[in-house]
Amino acid sequence: MNNELALTESTYYILLSLYQPQHGYGIMQRTEELSGGRVRLAAGTLYGALSSMSDKGWIRLLPGESGSRKKEYSLTAQGLLALKNELDRLKELVENGEKILGGNDHD
Amino acid sequence: MTEKMTERKTVRKWFWVWDFDKEERWLNQMAMQGWALAEVGWCRYVFEKCEPGAYIIRLQMHPRDESYTDFLEEIGAEYIGRVVQWIYFRREAEQGEFQLFSDTQSRLEHLQWIARMLLAIGLTNLLIGVVNAFAGNPIGAVNVVLATLLMYGLGRIHGKTEQLKRERELQE
Repeated sequence: MNNELALTESTYYILLSLYQPQHGYGIMQRTEELSGGRVRLAAGTLYGALSSMSDKGWIRLLPGESGSRKKEYSLTAQGLLALKNELDRLKELVENGEKILGGNDHD
Repeated sequence: MTEKMTERKTVRKWFWVWDFDKEERWLNQMAMQGWALAEVGWCRYVFEKCEPGAYIIRLQMHPRDESYTDFLEEIGAEYIGRVVQWIYFRREAEQGEFQLFSDTQSRLEHLQWIARMLLAIGLTNLLIGVVNAFAGNPIGAVNVVLATLLMYGLGRIHGKTEQLKRERELQE
């Protein structure tokens, strides 16, 4: 494991939504769908997160069709790695929680 | 002409920068009463008649950035206008909840951006005030008063920032 910081919930879901290329509105819909309506990304939050993630090299802007103002983003190899690291971290949290509080095996 | 013009009214009102949440609340109350924000100007708000509660209004301090307004229009929001660094949007309430910020991190970044603007303008005024005072020009007093006011605003924004940070210590 590494010492990377935990991802925020918004970051995690945005990256997960971008497993397949999406435009902004698509990311919002996908996140809401994945989280069963619990996580609703607001426009300003998403826009800011997308630009920080581009700076970090986790996502990239796909070359747009001419005339279209809609921007499409996709996950990079680095972004995928960040996502996988976070998944490992989350698994550890869940495993420890279940071990101590009792998962399905104990009651 | 048979086409009916939408009834409009102009309200002049002043809000301090640090009361932007109060301003947003007021604009939404107006929309609830059937007056949707249609145009903005310096201390000037133009409303047009709408079904009560038909729109949700949001405002934000944001640098000039066309791709951001495009992004918001993509999700169904209408760009109303800009006053200095403040931008105003509205979206039909029937499209669902409309927010600009959905996590603490982005709310903090917004507050920090406002704080930076206040600091920059405040320091500029202080400098002008001091230079004028040394030059024996009494007009500098205006700048000093303005700088003090902006520093007070900075304190208010700082208070909001600290409150958010405290909340984030345990929960995101």
